Amino acid sequence: MNKNKRNSSRRVLPGFGISLGYTVMYLSLIVLLPLSAAFIETAGMGLEGFWNAVTRPRVLAALKLSFGLSLIAAFVNSVAGLLVAWVLARYQFPGRKLVDAAIDLPFALPTAVAGIALTAVYAPNGWLGAPLADIGIKIAFAPPGILIALMFVGLPFAVRTVQPVLENLDSELEEASAMLGASRLTTFRRVILPVLLPSVLTGFAMCFARGVGEYGSVVFISGNMPMKTEIAPLLIVTELEQYDFHAATAIAVVMLLLSFSVLFIINMLQAWSNRRTGHSRA
Amino acid sequence: MSLSAINISKHFGRTCALDKVNLEVKSGQLVALLGPSGSGKTTLLRILAGLDYPDGDGEGRLLFQGRDVMDLPARERGVGMVFQHYALFRNMNVFDNIAFGMTVLKRRERPSSNAIRDRVMELLAKVHLQGLEKRMPHQLSGGQRQRVALARAVAIRPQILLLDEPFGALDAKVRKELRRWLRTFQEEEKLTTVFVTHDQEEALELADEVVVMNNARVEQSGSPQEVYDHPASPFVIEFLGNVNRLKRGRVQPDGSVTSLYVRPHDIQICKHLQGHTLEARVLHVFSAGSVGRVTLEYLESGEMLEAEVPRSEVDSMHLASGQTVGLRFRHIRIFTRKGETSTQELIEVPYEHEA
Repeated sequence: MNKNKRNSSRRVLPGFGISLGYTVMYLSLIVLLPLSAAFIETAGMGLEGFWNAVTRPRVLAALKLSFGLSLIAAFVNSVAGLLVAWVLARYQFPGRKLVDAAIDLPFALPTAVAGIALTAVYAPNGWLGAPLADIGIKIAFAPPGILIALMFVGLPFAVRTVQPVLENLDSELEEASAMLGASRLTTFRRVILPVLLPSVLTGFAMCFARGVGEYGSVVFISGNMPMKTEIAPLLIVTELEQYDFHAATAIAVVMLLLSFSVLFIINMLQAWSNRRTGHSRA
Repeated sequence: MSLSAINISKHFGRTCALDKVNLEVKSGQLVALLGPSGSGKTTLLRILAGLDYPDGDGEGRLLFQGRDVMDLPARERGVGMVFQHYALFRNMNVFDNIAFGMTVLKRRERPSSNAIRDRVMELLAKVHLQGLEKRMPHQLSGGQRQRVALARAVAIRPQILLLDEPFGALDAKVRKELRRWLRTFQEEEKLTTVFVTHDQEEALELADEVVVMNNARVEQSGSPQEVYDHPASPFVIEFLGNVNRLKRGRVQPDGSVTSLYVRPHDIQICKHLQGHTLEARVLHVFSAGSVGRVTLEYLESGEMLEAEVPRSEVDSMHLASGQTVGLRFRHIRIFTRKGETSTQELIEVPYEHEA
């Protein structure tokens, strides 16, 4: 047996070469190829045309709305999702299984259905919308409505990423902290949260990504007023409907780059906190 | 600080984990709670720590130096605890783990960062881990983690130290070393210490007092010598050390049950049959060790016996499988149990008297 062979046979799963090749090819075919089409399409516009297309006030407003609200929704969901995951992982109560199953509903529901349902509830004549309208709070057809839709579709990500980690978290750690005199808040802040942070960040990233790309549930509740409640994906569709392919792909490219940067930063944060909690292989 | 637990009962649902258990620990003593899994020893330890509470029947009392501490939460009891799997904070390095108990104090009570540093360094020296303060827990061996856990527990200067199966997850050699080290450490610090173990050898070697637990009750407590030499029940004799249970003990005509036990080292092997000796055949001889362990077949009943004889005797008698030898029991222990009552009497007789 030659040296190379012995080296490669030390891995648990054989065929590193083949599997890496497969990974790269699959990723190219499914993810990179369609995305590069967007870049190639915009390349024909020239730099100035591209710049003019994406700096129109309407485009900037839509991008700001989409990214801003997605970040807020991801943040709110990360906090609320952590609480939900905590309750599901730590407590036994009647109906726990039902609640657990209900968390996944936003995954399964067609987003248009979610949009219609949310609009029905929050519209100025809906169950919740009417009393809120009376005290001057407008939800549907305003940014808060979009935020609620994004929170709705993102919640499962926030819960499902944290829940398994919480379930595996040894309760001995909390007990050890208590025995050393730490209050509950200190225990949470210094012992539990650092361990959960990587998975909370994963949940945040997924919520955010879902929020940026969300279309179906938002179009019904947002009212789609340019400069006010028009989200970027909708603007792309609008441009397409007017056969302005260049403008549409230009917006798409900006969304891609922005999303990629945010996700990349979150990934880096995760790697950093992983290193701190001793998960890394090094 | 002395510790007494009085009438502690604990049920988990319908199962009884502790049934009116009493425990007395004198100040500065090292006490072992010894028992098989499910005997309630860990539950008792957790109640001492304040991590579990006894049944709310108002009967159980827990006193530290005469003061009732049952209503104090774990973090206010001033008790150090070492967990079975150490429970080191994996997001903190060794230094921060050990300093944790001091850094969570209220600002008024918290030592200065220099004082904390000095204390951590002093403890690191004590547990022989100088220079490792920057390591993360996952970069340490099992024995090192265990010592970090111990240093962390005593860093807050507790009056009482509790250890849950402290050496359970370590290999035999490290376990022996740490055991000796813990003993010296405990004596230096004069810490009242209670530790849980299922390893009888560990309990007998380490503790000032051994509390043998079984089925949610304390079977017997006393010095290692006492519980080993004068076991109070068949359970204790079977759990502590090797023992041969003789088939001759059985139900007597009056309904009482007797059990006969003889320790391997109380069996004397004679080369030839004479007087009161019993006839046996040698099945195996294991002589790789400080004593020779001989497996014998007792010919009258066909039962197997384990005997321990000095190596010199094994060699001088040329013991080998298949040989027929004579046996003499130096000590035999008889337990009698009448009817349903579980009172057990112990009669110790040299075998000659009984024969």
